[in-house]
Amino acid sequence: MNIADELLKGSRLALSRAITAVENEYDDAVSIMQTLYSHTGNAHIIGITGPPGAGKSTLTDKLAKEYRRQGKTVGIIAIDPTSPFSGGAILGDRIRMNELTLDQGVFIRSMGTRGSLGGLSRKTSEAIKILDAFGFDVVLVETVGVGQSEVDIVKTADTTLVVLVPGLGDDIQAIKAGILEIGDVFAINKADHEGVDRLHTELEMMLDLNQDKIEWRPPIQRVIANRGEGINELAEAIEKQIVHSKESGQFVNRRTNRTKSELLAMLDEQVGRYVRKQLSDYGKFDELVISVEKREKNPYAVVGDIMTTILR
Amino acid sequence: MEKRVRVLVAKPGLDGHDRGAKVVARALRDAGFEVIYTGLRQTPEQIAEAALQEDVNVIALSLLSGAHNHLFPRIVELIREKGMTDVLIIGGGVIPDADIPVLKAAGISEVFTPGTSTTTIIDYIKENVK
Repeated sequence: MNIADELLKGSRLALSRAITAVENEYDDAVSIMQTLYSHTGNAHIIGITGPPGAGKSTLTDKLAKEYRRQGKTVGIIAIDPTSPFSGGAILGDRIRMNELTLDQGVFIRSMGTRGSLGGLSRKTSEAIKILDAFGFDVVLVETVGVGQSEVDIVKTADTTLVVLVPGLGDDIQAIKAGILEIGDVFAINKADHEGVDRLHTELEMMLDLNQDKIEWRPPIQRVIANRGEGINELAEAIEKQIVHSKESGQFVNRRTNRTKSELLAMLDEQVGRYVRKQLSDYGKFDELVISVEKREKNPYAVVGDIMTTILR
Repeated sequence: MEKRVRVLVAKPGLDGHDRGAKVVARALRDAGFEVIYTGLRQTPEQIAEAALQEDVNVIALSLLSGAHNHLFPRIVELIREKGMTDVLIIGGGVIPDADIPVLKAAGISEVFTPGTSTTTIIDYIKENVK
């Protein structure tokens, strides 16, 4: 029996092996995803993002427990950065989630970014689909600690939760244009720390400026994640966003856009692979590189020639 | 994308000293491995389940409390019960020489005692990981 069939029968080992197969691009990865695809689309995907040290892992742990209390099963993907120098990574998000380890209604997988720069790992969206196909009601995706531009999560999640903390001072000005624009819901964690009122006010002011552009005003919920304070309210705020998103058509729109960009990305990859294969059969590529380097030919003309030759 | 070796660095038992585990974790990262670190005071059940969820190739156990003869074999047993027959399990810490053959017989592939260089551990993993 293959991995996909075993997974669909409820094997957690098969679930784990399927993610590995996809992440390492093993030969059976495509056939696994083909089998699983028709079983996906049922989980609600919640992205949890924010700067390093904001408490994303602790909050993920607490939210997962809240969903478990509601009787929902939870898949978690926790992403940490891969070293660009060694290719290695220390994946330490599980430290905050140890109490969930033995809960059979939860499955946590840590992933290294492996060169991806958008705050997710290269195969996050496939890993989400695998957890979805297994039958988890909710999939929580915790991004790497982000700064301004790591906003891939918004293309991947149904609901994006942005976690902030007081004490970053004027940094909020700096991140205004980045991750603050993608939040469907905001959590201000460590709300017992100094500066929480100022952060809350600044955030409200920023949302005031966006007011005419959007039909959903993202709520701001104060939490103290390590003490579990404000978690119920945060889960309620997320629930309201989900209901609104579904009623307004935003939910379907986002999923359609996601499907479209995933299809295009797969096409790009396949076409790119095909072109490179043809290019090596074509044989003259190295000569062309040299003539472009010597300015005998220009790269635009060369690419044009290659395209007409290869994709005839 | 080539296969990336994944290692669970785990601290079973009740001692609160993880400097050694952290040094090893860091060295393994620099050797290009993906290291999953789960923190202090993990039960054998938690370690085995984390290993399954993370689909690791290697489990590196660190223990300084003296309970290795009890905890290490238990972890091996749980891992094998879960069907992870190909995972390499190694141990380190303050472990008397006399205990090492017993641990090896129980399925711990290698035991590294104080003074071992991180290079020795890395080389061992590279040569023995499946």
